[in-house]
Amino acid sequence: MKSRLIIKDGLIIDPARSLEVKGDLVVEDGKIIQSGPGAASSFNQNAEVIEAKGMIIAPGFIDFHCHLREPGFEDKETIKTGSLAAAAGGFTTICCMPNTQPSADSTSTLSYIRETAARDSRVRVLPIACVTVDRAGKTLAPMIELAEAGAVGFSDDGSPIADSWIMLRALEYSKPLGLPIINHCEDPALVANGQMNEGKISTLLGIPSSPAISEEVMIARDVRLAEYTGAWVHIAHISTAGGVEIVREAKRRGVRVTAEATPHHLSLTEEAVMNYDTNARVNPPLRTQEDIEALIEGLKDSTIDIIATDHAPHTSSDKNQEFSLAPAGISGFETALGVVMKLVHDGRLTMAEVVSKMTIAPAAILVGAGLKLGSLDNGSIADITIIDPGQRWVVDSNAFLSKGKNTPYNRMELKGKVAFTIVSGQIIFNGTKNSQTL
Amino acid sequence: MAKEQTELLEDEPQNLNWTRKHLLDIDSFTVAEYDLVLKTASAMKEILSRPIKKVPALRGKTIATLFYEPSTRTRGSFELAAKNLSADVINLASASSSIVKGESLIDTLHTLQAMGVNGIVIRHSMAGAPYLAAKHAQASIINAGDGWHAHPTQALLDMYTVFEQKKHLKDLKVVILGDSRHSRVARSNIWGFSGVGAKVTLCAPLTLLPPGMNYRYHPYQGVEIETDIQKALEGADVVMVLRLQKERQNAGLMPDVREYIRYYQLNRQRFALAKPDAMLMHPGPVNENIEIEPELIRCPASVIDQQVTNGIAVRMALLYLVIGGKKDEI
Repeated sequence: MKSRLIIKDGLIIDPARSLEVKGDLVVEDGKIIQSGPGAASSFNQNAEVIEAKGMIIAPGFIDFHCHLREPGFEDKETIKTGSLAAAAGGFTTICCMPNTQPSADSTSTLSYIRETAARDSRVRVLPIACVTVDRAGKTLAPMIELAEAGAVGFSDDGSPIADSWIMLRALEYSKPLGLPIINHCEDPALVANGQMNEGKISTLLGIPSSPAISEEVMIARDVRLAEYTGAWVHIAHISTAGGVEIVREAKRRGVRVTAEATPHHLSLTEEAVMNYDTNARVNPPLRTQEDIEALIEGLKDSTIDIIATDHAPHTSSDKNQEFSLAPAGISGFETALGVVMKLVHDGRLTMAEVVSKMTIAPAAILVGAGLKLGSLDNGSIADITIIDPGQRWVVDSNAFLSKGKNTPYNRMELKGKVAFTIVSGQIIFNGTKNSQTL
Repeated sequence: MAKEQTELLEDEPQNLNWTRKHLLDIDSFTVAEYDLVLKTASAMKEILSRPIKKVPALRGKTIATLFYEPSTRTRGSFELAAKNLSADVINLASASSSIVKGESLIDTLHTLQAMGVNGIVIRHSMAGAPYLAAKHAQASIINAGDGWHAHPTQALLDMYTVFEQKKHLKDLKVVILGDSRHSRVARSNIWGFSGVGAKVTLCAPLTLLPPGMNYRYHPYQGVEIETDIQKALEGADVVMVLRLQKERQNAGLMPDVREYIRYYQLNRQRFALAKPDAMLMHPGPVNENIEIEPELIRCPASVIDQQVTNGIAVRMALLYLVIGGKKDEI
């Protein structure tokens, strides 16, 4: 007998088809077989049914930038806990960064991650591999081999590729693979010992700071290198108005550049660091309202392709120390939707724009890796996220499924929550129940 | 208290009660609070002139000094201040404690807490450390300097020193000369002097001023920037020279020390541009021949030694206010 799941009476938002319609979705054997108004009526109701009245039925969220910490930093997160947290955040596919111990610069580490994920995770885990050996920025990692082993992109993650010669070679070498070089654009020489955004607040707090220009100069360099080589550069967590403008102008010239913005850079300013809150310490740092406005504008005109969490869990003892000693990062899976939905409730972005930036747009970036995700069209893999857009909830970091309780949103009220997360037709998270895991 | 002292407050001062459990910064001080600190310091200064410089105000209280950075004058000044008030003092310095074994600040605080100390005077190389301490300690935390952020007791003693001589602070032109980018002394003095209506001017090359301060960000209302030392010093009532830290001298923030001396050292010729009765200050320790010409260090206008003496009185006042001495025991 075929396994069937019917989702009834929700608002289907499928940006891949520019579709926004009230109706049902029918899933059979892990694939979507029918959708639209009254779609369920022609099917035998002898199936698992989700009543989605008042809810949004969206393709499963895809996170192109997260940290699962395994192998090496299992006290911060494991693939298991990270994937549970991802599911709770509505993510059905997550791409994990290679800053593990050892770094994901070899097929053996990549295999370890994939095998562990196959065993421990119900969301799709796609690894991003290193650009250079041990992310040291000196010697190219074996990128062809890593691509064959399942890497969906290359990045040295938190270590920006500072050496322009290496960046140029990385772009040239990876070009035939059709995978992006993902750079964390912050010129280390300008960042120096910077721990927050340079500006009024850093001066008042006396915290060493890094200026917006440290991001902008490296984005400017990278888009020029991408233009020169014709290769693909992806700008991780863009945070500055100047950076957005550089990417916009590069796209206009036809440069192969994509970019992502995080929920925290879209919602918080440097003010969040006041009182030395280490949970607001993140790289690149939280900037200003002006930058937030530019990021929103960039999302609207598709200068910024996707929303990615940069989920970066840390232990409480990591964060519970002097600001200068606390590592940077925010545990972001479980608040991403609620934080981004504020922009919807405030009329800054449409729901369809948000869904697009979290589904079909990152799916487009994964096409090079041979994956077809991000749509609710008939025949698609049944990765589905059901959202209750009006639900108000208060963030309680202690209730996070992630090991990382490090969030600047703790005790904040958010509006909009994940009701169900479905991977290949299987419900892997039910947010309408009290028990959070299945 | 000496009657002739002018009140900081123009109106009749209210009977202000001290309400702060900790002294972390002076960025939110009211004029009335400055007034109370200065008056209390004045009473403490009188004690320092007695043959027996000791009162029982903090008898039975224990104060720990917790210094994560080397310091001679600030630590010594706090210790003396506490002892003059009859408090018991324990000194913990990073080189001679478990701190070098990797004990965290929070651990150390819990330990001090368990020992029952009433006040912790903390000096730390990282901005905000006293705030972290205040979150974890029941004892009063007194910031004795944190990173580039704040050195509130230094600013209060500087204000007291100027007030003692000038009898007022409002509208005085206070020039802070030197590296204010990396200076907690500058940051606290900006709050303090601006907070009571003095006019603060920062003078240094742009690379030694708070980043982008004059052309991009405006963190301090009313604070002037002047890169030309001559223009900065003109008409100054107070010239405060900052130490050019050794590690900054070759950090690429300026061509070399020689050029700094040539264009930014306070020498006699430049100091003459200030008002005839201008006061010369330095938080110490002085780099002779670098930020200041040696002849100026103990010239008649210099109050560098008074700053040290007043530091004890001001810290007595602050320990008394924060840790809570009884008024009749001064």
